[in-house]
Amino acid sequence: MSEDAETLLSLYRTMMTVRKFETLAGELFAAGKIPGFIHLSVGQEGSSVGVCSVLRPDDYLTTTHRGHGHVIAKGGDLKRMVAELMGRKTGYCKGKGGSMHIADFSLGILGANGVVAGGFPIIVGAGLSIKLRKTDQVAVCFFGDGASNRGPFHEALNMAGIWKLPILFVCENNCYASTTKTSYACSVIDIATRAKGYGIPGVSVDGNDVLAVRHAAAEAVDRARRDEGPTLLENKTYRRRGHFEGDPQKYRDQSEVTEWEQKNDPLFRFATVLKKKKMLTKDWEEKIAAQIDADLKEAVDFAEQSEWPSPEEALEDLFMNP
Amino acid sequence: MSERIISCSAAIAEALTEEMTRDESIFIIGEDLVAHGGIFGQFKGLPEKFPGRVIDTPISETCIVGAGLGAALTGMRPLIDLHFADFVTCAMDEIANQTAKIRYMLGGQAKVPLVIWAPDGAGLGAAAHHSQSLESWFIHTPGLKVVVPSEPADVKGLLTASLRDDDPVIFFQHKKLFAKEGPVPDGEYVLPLGKAAVKRKGTDVTILTYGSGFYLSTEAVKELSGMGIEAELIDLRTLKPLDFETIAESLKKTCRAVVVHEACLTGGLGAELVARISSELFDYLDSPVLRVAAKDVPIPFAPTLEKFVLPKVDDVVTAVRQVTYR
Repeated sequence: MSEDAETLLSLYRTMMTVRKFETLAGELFAAGKIPGFIHLSVGQEGSSVGVCSVLRPDDYLTTTHRGHGHVIAKGGDLKRMVAELMGRKTGYCKGKGGSMHIADFSLGILGANGVVAGGFPIIVGAGLSIKLRKTDQVAVCFFGDGASNRGPFHEALNMAGIWKLPILFVCENNCYASTTKTSYACSVIDIATRAKGYGIPGVSVDGNDVLAVRHAAAEAVDRARRDEGPTLLENKTYRRRGHFEGDPQKYRDQSEVTEWEQKNDPLFRFATVLKKKKMLTKDWEEKIAAQIDADLKEAVDFAEQSEWPSPEEALEDLFMNP
Repeated sequence: MSERIISCSAAIAEALTEEMTRDESIFIIGEDLVAHGGIFGQFKGLPEKFPGRVIDTPISETCIVGAGLGAALTGMRPLIDLHFADFVTCAMDEIANQTAKIRYMLGGQAKVPLVIWAPDGAGLGAAAHHSQSLESWFIHTPGLKVVVPSEPADVKGLLTASLRDDDPVIFFQHKKLFAKEGPVPDGEYVLPLGKAAVKRKGTDVTILTYGSGFYLSTEAVKELSGMGIEAELIDLRTLKPLDFETIAESLKKTCRAVVVHEACLTGGLGAELVARISSELFDYLDSPVLRVAAKDVPIPFAPTLEKFVLPKVDDVVTAVRQVTYR
């Protein structure tokens, strides 16, 4: 798979958008503008953008509590995202879901999920539905290393395996499940090796290399579209922020975070590749950064100017036919 | 519309045959379905009539329910067979946290047309893991509709309505009632969800019941009639949404009520009914509302023990005599 300059720059732009969105969300949270709590994916842009870059708008995905990047990479609307984080009526879920429940059914985003491993059974259903409807869509389940220790992982990979469902299970192994190190909580080093137990391919890639992720995802998606069944893809990356914003992070030394930031930043690494190919110029980068900043400012303005839901709206949307 | 006498089992298969013929997006998913037409033979004939649309799964209740949800979110209308209602515990996150909430927490984006079909109830010596009546857990979970039919016609009409509904329905059917027979309309027959049925008119007391409690109460009503007590018998059929209007109308006339259900007493639907009746109909009452229910223990195995724990016809008769002071 070789990409033209336009494709590569578009990947870089999306990665920048995710990074800037997450950084901004952290700032808005610190400023008290976002209620509740949020989980950021700073440093994991190679995974979200690499995988979503090979998906079609009609492909499905489920994501997690750390899902902003997946939604953006699948084409999510920044205004409705920020509005939802801020609990406004114009948000994706009209203020009923918040950060952990963003969805956009028009883009195949079947929802972030507040329950670790909550997406597995749902994605199996989406995969089964694709088979029953005889389309060539694929369904992608993003999950973390922690989710691979829960029961639904087992049931879903087995079921997808026996029915050869068109599913890509994407593990973002970011070294921590909440406050617990993956090396403590996982019985294996490479989560992809668990695929063997389900008779499906398992691939571990450098999750901070967006092209490595993209190529591995492309192969898995092609397999799925050819009706050859599911793949488990493990993107090895690192969670640079706390589990949630405000996490005191007593479980790790800050030097560990700094080291990853300096040596293994997916944006920096990709920029280096692009510069070597003479595709990325300072001018372009500054221009795009300014555009993204303007889009994000517009999104924040939109959210801040949006109304809060009226209290009685809490009683709406439970049933189609009450 | 002509009627025939058929069983509850036949009513299930008939509703599904008609609806699966009408709507290609309906499919059935669960354990042990194809070879035997379901563990109770409830889907007999369907695997042959609709090849590929009755799907056997591994023993994976979490993923069976979640897969139903994922399919419903992407354009299908699954009927999820839970094998035994007791196994809801293995899929509780998928039912209570995902299926029930997803439409609401996503701000109304999602449509969730699915039916969880859950055979429940005791009386078969199946002990504590295969005998429960768990409907009240789901009444307490906003986002689910809860249906518990008793007679074959209700089974057909309510299952058809549930399959056509765009919201998630959990449909409990008592295992001991599969063979019960009764008149069922031929051809398309839909009963709206959320409507109770006054199955016997009476003036002295209202019996509020559903599922197996309906048959228990029917026996009791005959005995009571012999004693000169004329009970009005309401089969609630849908527990959520609850048809309180029909309940209120009856109670305003009889001024006395007994609730009968097989689920255990504490925190059961009876508690909710008594609470609502006392807060909304207090001025009409001539006596306290009593509940007849199973005792608050797991369902035991030995016949002597199981019989003791479950509500009996005599319990209904005694409760009615108590509230009518006769």
